[in-house]
Amino acid sequence: MSDLATFRAETRAWLEENCPPEMREPVRSDADICWGGRRFQPSSPAQKDWLDRMAARGWTVPDWPRAYGGGGLSPAEAKILREEMRTLGARSPLYSFGISMLGPALLEYGTEEQKLDHLPKIARGEIRWCQGYSEPNAGSDLASLATWAEDAGDHYVVSGQKVWTSYADKADWIFCLVRTAKESKQGGISFVLFDMASPGVSTRPILLISGYSPFCETFFDGVKVPKANRVHHENKGWDVAKYLLGHEREMISGMGLGARGETALIDGALKAIGRDEAGRLADPLLRGQIALFDIRARAFAAMSERFMDELKAGQAHPAQPSMMKYYGTELNKARHELVMAAGGSAALEWESERSHGGAKPRAWLRTKANSIEGGTSEIQLNIIAKRILDLPGA
Amino acid sequence: MPLFLNEEQSMLRDTARDFIGDAAPPSHLRGLRDANDPTGFSRDLWKQFAELGFTGILIPEAQGGLGLGHVEAGVVLEEIGRNLSPSPFLSTAVAAVAALSDTPHAANVFPGIVSGDTVAALAIDEGPKHRDHIALRAERAGNGFRLSGTKRFVTHGHIADLILVAARTAGAPGEQAGLTLFLLDRDRAGLSADAHRLADAGLAADLVFDGVEVDADAVVGEVDAGAVPLARLLAAGRTGAAAELLGVGAGAMDRTVGYLKERRQFGQPIGSFQALQHRAAHLYSEMEVARAAVLKAQQLLDAGDAAADEAVSVAKAMSGLAATLAVQEGIQMHGGIGMTDEYDIGFFMKRARVLAEFFGDANYHADRLAVASGY
Repeated sequence: MSDLATFRAETRAWLEENCPPEMREPVRSDADICWGGRRFQPSSPAQKDWLDRMAARGWTVPDWPRAYGGGGLSPAEAKILREEMRTLGARSPLYSFGISMLGPALLEYGTEEQKLDHLPKIARGEIRWCQGYSEPNAGSDLASLATWAEDAGDHYVVSGQKVWTSYADKADWIFCLVRTAKESKQGGISFVLFDMASPGVSTRPILLISGYSPFCETFFDGVKVPKANRVHHENKGWDVAKYLLGHEREMISGMGLGARGETALIDGALKAIGRDEAGRLADPLLRGQIALFDIRARAFAAMSERFMDELKAGQAHPAQPSMMKYYGTELNKARHELVMAAGGSAALEWESERSHGGAKPRAWLRTKANSIEGGTSEIQLNIIAKRILDLPGA
Repeated sequence: MPLFLNEEQSMLRDTARDFIGDAAPPSHLRGLRDANDPTGFSRDLWKQFAELGFTGILIPEAQGGLGLGHVEAGVVLEEIGRNLSPSPFLSTAVAAVAALSDTPHAANVFPGIVSGDTVAALAIDEGPKHRDHIALRAERAGNGFRLSGTKRFVTHGHIADLILVAARTAGAPGEQAGLTLFLLDRDRAGLSADAHRLADAGLAADLVFDGVEVDADAVVGEVDAGAVPLARLLAAGRTGAAAELLGVGAGAMDRTVGYLKERRQFGQPIGSFQALQHRAAHLYSEMEVARAAVLKAQQLLDAGDAAADEAVSVAKAMSGLAATLAVQEGIQMHGGIGMTDEYDIGFFMKRARVLAEFFGDANYHADRLAVASGY
């Protein structure tokens, strides 16, 4: 047996042994997601076991180096782990902006001290991070941000306001873009890390159409941030931001991938609508819509696989995450429209126990942000047009 | 296996791109059309394909071929699509070879395909849409069979040297059991071909089988179990058609993006207008997703993976959708000039339409996927 075949067999056996049955079911609601952090309250003992067992192997971040809490797996091994987890229907043990966004940026731009300080805590789910990017007047035009970091010798004094800060009220630390020079728009931005418990930080949740408040307004009033917490050079934070945005887009594009194919969508439709005499979904128009969606979703799954393979081989076009983000989020919106159409009135219940607190309509409404957050679909299309197709202008 | 072309496959692509781009660009198709050529393709070009080894791309080295796979066949097909080159490559070197592989017919037929002397046609469809509905009868007669019925949309059917025919030896139309695949030469008593020129300037024939007698050794595989070689033929043909569609879509998109950079209106290149940039970027996204789906199907077919069948339907449907968008956006963004016969973009639209129907359109394959997935 080849090394990879051995690895696959051992991985499968380990997952079978260690992934609790409850963690092989799709996540049902926001409250069911493991985000880790200082204030983390597991929703079940199984959730905590699953996180601890995976973290102990470094498999929350399988391809990070072992020195930083990772699994030290090769790209081929990490792909096998993903495949075996998917086959088992295993949940991700930890959802984390630290893993998907800050981690890759620190690996690329952080000092050794910064890596050793922050990465293992991210890997173990001990510190929950939020992202301080958008401001009231800096959304799609992110580089026009105005949060000011005053130079005070060995530290900065940060004042200003962020908005759409996901889970700022639940996060322990923030990675934040601040302005350290006013002369140049993109060349005057620095990338800093600080504790959300620092004096001068306050947050206020923003109630959304889904009835949830995952986003916050975040205010900084003279927050003291040591210069040692700056990642990369002063005024060069835009490089880090762009690098990180690529990873954020990659993460968001993952939403285009249904859990275990479109099983949940199809099962839901069959349950709500039933079958005709030939055994087919009894609404032929909806069946056709689902089938054509299924074609696109599977093709996109192949695209995601190709993108990961190219990324690992250093062959991916740097603007390709924009395409993935655009396509994946538009697909996810289409998926949830179909889920709602399939469910009919049964999918509309907002608070009932039967509906898991209105999981379907809340998830449907949540997806509408997919094509806005992390750079709108229109911004991604601009990037594709200019950087991949090389079309003229701006 | 990573989901991108390896070094050898990339080299093959470069070779195919250079050769086909030189020898059979869209002007080659235009010339055949303007001459009202009765064959529909160039026998000389087919010979050149043989000299480069392309005709034997799927044939094992021991039988004189290159011994390569569906990924490599697809690389050649994409360049055929990109150049709109009329060629029997898909039906002969890909679909027919896949059907005949590992059968006793291979030893007789493959040398002619490798040398570029043999062209094969596929008599599968019986109506205007590709359906799992085969009614053409093959009744036992003496030592063999007697075939009666009509096949439609048989590309190169009027000039092919060999014809693969899906017939019914038992059961009812729509059933998989009771099918038998036959291989016969074209010069058979009772077999007539009525060729029609299609929208893309290619030719496809209605083949009428009026009691055509064949020996028992014309059977490919087993009697009543023709679904087995037919499945190989269809999987290879559909994947190949998907690769060719990708080429047609990519050719149309490249021309369109090029036009956006050079055509000026309101004092600037039209490609600087955001409305057109967004349409072009959306098209690019659809094409990339289709490309990944096609490569996935090719790799799974080459690996003999059980998941290949569904991946093939995804590839054929997705490439059809993406290429259709590419040619529609191509004409729209070219504006009035795109509607003229003088510009090539219209040829891309016509070829995409033909290939979208060939081996089943996107709806057919979406339905097939739904059935396979149990809904």
